[in-house]
Amino acid sequence: MDFLSIILDILLSAAFWTAVLRIATPYVLGTLGELLCERAGVLNLGIEGIMTLGAMAGWMAVYQGADLWTGVLVAASCGALLGLLHAALTVPLGLSQHVTGIGVTLLGTSLSYFVYRLVLPQASTPPTIEPFQPLALPGALAQTPLTYLAFLLVAVVAYVLYRTPVGLAVRMVGENPAAAEAQGLNVTAIRIGAVMAGSALMALAGAFLTLSAFNAFFFNMVNGRGWICIALVVFASWRPGKAMLGALLFAVFDALQLRLQQASGGVLPYQLFLMMPYLLSILALVLVARRASYPRALMIPYRKGER
Amino acid sequence: MRLEPRTDTPLALRLLAPVGAVVAALALCALLVAWTGAPVLRAYGLLFEGAVGSRFALTETLTRATPLILTGLAAAVAFRAKLWNIGAEGQLYMGALAAVVVGGGMLDLPAWALIPVVMIAGMAAGGVTLLGPAVLKVRFGVDEVVTTLLLNFVVLLLVSMLLEGALKDPMGMGWPQSAPVAEAAELPKLVERTRLHAGLAIALGLSVLLWLVDTRTIWGYENRAVGANPRAAAFAGMPVTRVMLRTALLSGGLAGLAGAAEVCGLKGYLTLDLSPGFGYSGIVVAMLAQLHPIGVVGAALFIAGIFVGADAMSRAMPVPNYIADVLVAASLLCMLVAGLLARYRLRRG
Repeated sequence: MDFLSIILDILLSAAFWTAVLRIATPYVLGTLGELLCERAGVLNLGIEGIMTLGAMAGWMAVYQGADLWTGVLVAASCGALLGLLHAALTVPLGLSQHVTGIGVTLLGTSLSYFVYRLVLPQASTPPTIEPFQPLALPGALAQTPLTYLAFLLVAVVAYVLYRTPVGLAVRMVGENPAAAEAQGLNVTAIRIGAVMAGSALMALAGAFLTLSAFNAFFFNMVNGRGWICIALVVFASWRPGKAMLGALLFAVFDALQLRLQQASGGVLPYQLFLMMPYLLSILALVLVARRASYPRALMIPYRKGER
Repeated sequence: MRLEPRTDTPLALRLLAPVGAVVAALALCALLVAWTGAPVLRAYGLLFEGAVGSRFALTETLTRATPLILTGLAAAVAFRAKLWNIGAEGQLYMGALAAVVVGGGMLDLPAWALIPVVMIAGMAAGGVTLLGPAVLKVRFGVDEVVTTLLLNFVVLLLVSMLLEGALKDPMGMGWPQSAPVAEAAELPKLVERTRLHAGLAIALGLSVLLWLVDTRTIWGYENRAVGANPRAAAFAGMPVTRVMLRTALLSGGLAGLAGAAEVCGLKGYLTLDLSPGFGYSGIVVAMLAQLHPIGVVGAALFIAGIFVGADAMSRAMPVPNYIADVLVAASLLCMLVAGLLARYRLRRG
């Protein structure tokens, strides 16, 4: 079989597209979350740590006997809390969003590992839970509820951002906080709220990994997905619909490299295939960099009365 | 309440800021330690003892501080020029890779010649790794934070691929590790029968050198000017792009050197667990030092002590050694706030 027919075979199988939607889910959620933060003018590099904490907290809640949806709620709340920390340091205090974000990532990750090791001191094979089961909706490929939720949230976030006063306020504090202030809006509160909501979405992305895609928590399981989401936000030029398309496109490549890896039968080292997602993200950034239109106030702290 | 910038930050306040941050971080993490049920004071006592309480502990802390000084310097020089290099981890592995390739018996040189060659190869590999994102930044305006972060994963996969392929040690019992470097490439030990190696002397020498360059030369002046305000620097006729690329080579080179020194001074060969996140901890080191090259040494010693001490503590009580990572992350966040309080004063109204 030649290369093209292998690809065609893969693209025509329903299993492939089921996998694409599954792989896309954490990217959709994470990208939406980051987009919300950045639209309000706050870069959130805490995403990797927030996803890790969401993955651990959601899983741990279920492992301790909570039901799956409670686990989802626990994850989202933990994410919102870390978001509050990031927002408190970067919005009213105006600290460097780069360094604070890295700090939040280090904190979220180390805290997750600490708590996991504390509760399960000597787990050589990670204990498992009963995860979400795929649900066949009519006319759709069977997916777990969190995947449906993720795609529903794309529509919700897009609606809120573009069709409601709240969304207008969020976009405004990200573009021109002084003008928002002049309209009587509380820039600080809106930014903090957007970062908390965005961080809750990131934590959902993490919880999807431990409650849907897998059934256990592993160290390093987020594995750079958060950083890829940041690249996807730029690629999507800060629009929810495009973000979803970007995440799907990315998932297609990711699913494809997985299948090709199997099809190549070990002729090429598997690491070459695993590099593809990261290299693709860098390539995507290079392609859109010239015409990227950042939210005008992104990474610029706002202090009342200061120009 | 509002913040008002101080016109001048007194030296005492600049020195007090990291101390205050560390104390705050220790206090916050005491809550976590208390949650595990372990007695807090005894736990911190064991941590301190494990870090500096004996000759062995001290040399272990110094050994651990060596790569941290270098990655701390890497972050400090880059952040000074507002080049957000978060890829020191990847650059460190590239330096280590270059060290095992160049120092692995390819060159038949005596130690006095081979060691410098291997170290420079490590620096070059690290520098070139950061040059890519830096060129993308100045050429296409691609944000270097994300590209350097993503490259960390690419580099680790590359190392993994080579360790299972071209560089795999035929005598390694199937483990993914490289063949050991030639004996002539090994850095001499500083203290007999310990793991402390000459890498520490190199790291200390470089921090003094960088401090002198920073304060006494046109190079350092240009670096600081570009970092403070690139537009003003360009207006004053400074080659902003060249300064950026130069900084990238230097920063990546320092991280690469950390990798080469770990291989030639400590491990002797390359594995995938060469660095437990030295690249990321380097950022914390640089921030605690307020990006000052001499301050980096002190900050690196502190962070190294935390890691070495926490290992000792967690052997004695049921506190997971990840407490060290939490402490380091908390120190970074507390330091950001402390730095703010040093630069601004709190005013009512």
